[in-house]
Amino acid sequence: MEFLGYFGGVFEPIALMLLFAGTVGGLILGATPGLSPTMAVALLIPFTFHLSPTQGLILLGAAYTSTVAGGAVSAILLKIPGAPANIATALDGNEMAKRGEGARALHLSFLASGVGGVIGVLLLIFLTPVLAQWALKFGPSHLFWIAILGVTVIGSLDSKSFVKGLLSGCIGLWLSTIGTDDIMGADRFIFVDALSGGITIIPALIGLFAIPQVLDMFAKGRVSAVIDTVHVPRYKFLDSLKELIRSFRALSIGTVIGSIIGLIPGVGGQIAGLVAYDQARNFSPQKDKFGTGHSEGVIAAESANNAMVGPSLVPLLTLSIPGSPTAAVLLGGLLIHGIFPGSDIFDKHPEVVWTFINSMLLGQILMVIFGIYTAAWAARIAKAPIPILAAGVLVLALFGSYSVGQSMGDVQIMLVLGIGMYILEKFGFSAAPLVLGLILGPIAGDYFNNGSMIAAAQDGPWVYFFTGPLNIVLIVMVVASIAYSFWTNMLRASFAKSPLEGASK
Amino acid sequence: MTNSRIQHVIPGALILAIALLVTYLSFTEEPAEAFLFPRIISVAFVGLAIWNFIRAAGGMAKVGRGVALQDAKNLLPGLIVMLILVFWAAKALGFYVSATIAFFTVYSIYDPAPHSSAKDWIKRAVITAVFMAVIYSLFALLLKVQTPRGMFI
Repeated sequence: MEFLGYFGGVFEPIALMLLFAGTVGGLILGATPGLSPTMAVALLIPFTFHLSPTQGLILLGAAYTSTVAGGAVSAILLKIPGAPANIATALDGNEMAKRGEGARALHLSFLASGVGGVIGVLLLIFLTPVLAQWALKFGPSHLFWIAILGVTVIGSLDSKSFVKGLLSGCIGLWLSTIGTDDIMGADRFIFVDALSGGITIIPALIGLFAIPQVLDMFAKGRVSAVIDTVHVPRYKFLDSLKELIRSFRALSIGTVIGSIIGLIPGVGGQIAGLVAYDQARNFSPQKDKFGTGHSEGVIAAESANNAMVGPSLVPLLTLSIPGSPTAAVLLGGLLIHGIFPGSDIFDKHPEVVWTFINSMLLGQILMVIFGIYTAAWAARIAKAPIPILAAGVLVLALFGSYSVGQSMGDVQIMLVLGIGMYILEKFGFSAAPLVLGLILGPIAGDYFNNGSMIAAAQDGPWVYFFTGPLNIVLIVMVVASIAYSFWTNMLRASFAKSPLEGASK
Repeated sequence: MTNSRIQHVIPGALILAIALLVTYLSFTEEPAEAFLFPRIISVAFVGLAIWNFIRAAGGMAKVGRGVALQDAKNLLPGLIVMLILVFWAAKALGFYVSATIAFFTVYSIYDPAPHSSAKDWIKRAVITAVFMAVIYSLFALLLKVQTPRGMFI
C-alpha cells in the first residue's frame, strides 16, 4: 500500500491543474478524427520538458488515458474511430447514435472506460512492484535480450507484415546508433552535420507520428469539412449508470480481457477492444443484437480499451518494454526526464512513479466526469475541419521539436523522418517498431557493451549471452514472438474475411 | 511488372541499399569496438532487407497499397510548404512569421470553402491569427522558448 503515501502529490495545485488540462485536452484530441492518441502524447512531450518529471508525467498520463476514451466520441457520433482502440466501439455505438441514443452511448462508453481504467490502474499499482522485484535478478545479458524482445514483439505484432515490422525495428535500432559512441568517442553514420548529435528522441517521435498524419490529411485534398453527424439529445446520467450495472457481464468481460491484453507487450488497445467485443457477443444471450446498436457492445469495447492502459505500463516501468505504441512514446517522455525504467525505478524515483500512477487513478474519474459533461456538445469537437487540424499539427510539430534542444537540425530530422515514415507506412511498414528500436537501441547497446566487458573477463560472449536459464527463456521468447507473427501472417488471409476484421478496415 | 509491384520494388531496393551501406560501414569503420553493436544490427537489417526485396520483386509483397497518384498530387502543395518552412523560412523569416504564413497557406490550399469569397478569406485570416496567438502565448510567454528571429520574429 506504498502508493497511498504519495497521493498528496496529486492534489498539489499545479499537479491538479495539469491533470485537468491533460484530461480535457486528451478528450478533445481523442475525439478529433485524424489525431491519434500516440500523436497527441508525442506532441505534448515538448511541453513537459519545461516541467518537473512528476508534473510532466501527470500531464502525459492524463492525456494517454483520456485520448483513448475520447476516441469513442467520433466512433459513436461519426463512425470514425478516434483511435484504433475505438474500432469495436463504432460497431454498435454509431447504430445507437443513429437511433437518437448518442448521449446514452457516450455516457455508457465513458462510464465503462472509467471502470475498466480504474481496474487497469489498480493492476498497475499491485503488479508493477512485484515484477520490479523479480527484475532485480536480471544482469546485462538478460536486459539486452529484454530490449531486443521489446523490438521483436512490437515489430511482430504491430505490423501487418512481420518482415516489414521487424525491418522497421531494425531501422529504428540503426537510427539509434547514429552519432558519437559514448565509450570510444567515435563518430558513427554521421552523413550530414544535423546528425552529429545523433537523433533526438522527442523530435523523432513527433516526426514519426505527427507528420505522416499531416500528410495523410493533405492527401485527402480539399475535402468538405461538413461531416454527416447525428443529433445528440440529452439523456439521464442515472439511467446510464443503472444500465451499466445491469450490463455487468459485458463490463467484466471487457475489463478482464483489456487488463490481460495490456500486460502483453505490443498488443495494444485495438486488439483489446475487438477481442472483448467478440467475447461479449459470444457470452451474451442476445448475440443477434450485437452490431445493431446494442449497448453491451459499446460497454465491452470501451471497458477493454481503457483497462488496457494501466497494465500496458507494467512492462514499461519495470522492463522498458511498452505495452502499446502510446506507452512507447511515454517511454520517450520518461527518458528525457532522466528516468530510466527498470527494476530499481521504485527505489530511485518512488515519488515520481507513485504520484504518476496515482494521478492516472484520479485521471480516470476526471475523464468520466468531463466526458459525461461534454457529451452534449461532443459532436462539435468531432467535426473539427481537416485543413485547420493539418495546419495546426504542422505548426505544433515545428515548435515542439525545436523547443526540446533549440536546434534547427532537430526540426529538419523531424521532417525528414516524418516524410520517410509516411512513405514507409504506405508500403506496410509501421512507426511503432521503428520508434521502439530508436528508444530501446541505446539501452540494448549499453547492456551489450557492459555484457561484452563482463564476458571478456569470464567465459566469453557466447557463454555469457546464450547460456543460463534466463537467457534461454528470453531468447525463446524472442524467437517465439517472431514465429507467432509468421504464423498469424499465414492465417491473415482467412481472418480478413471475418466481419470484425472487415469492420476494422 | 505491374504498377503495384514496381511501387513495392523501389522502396524495397532503397532500404536494401541503406542496409548494405550500414553493413559495409559497420564492418569497415574504425575503431571496431564502437561498431560492435551496429554490426549485430546490420546483419539482421541486411538479412531482412534482402528478404523484403525478394518478396517485393517476386510480387509477394501484399501489405501496403503504395502512394496513389491523386494522393501525391493532393499532398504536393502542402509538402512544398512544409519543406520551405523547415529548410528555409523558419530561420530566414523567423519562427512566428513563417509559421503564420505556413498555417494560412496550408489552411487556404486545403479549405474546401470557395477561394472567391472575401468572407472565407477573412475567416481564414482570423483563425490563423487566433491559432498563432495561442502558439505565441504557449511557447514564447509560458515556456519561454527562444526561437530563431530571422528578418522578423
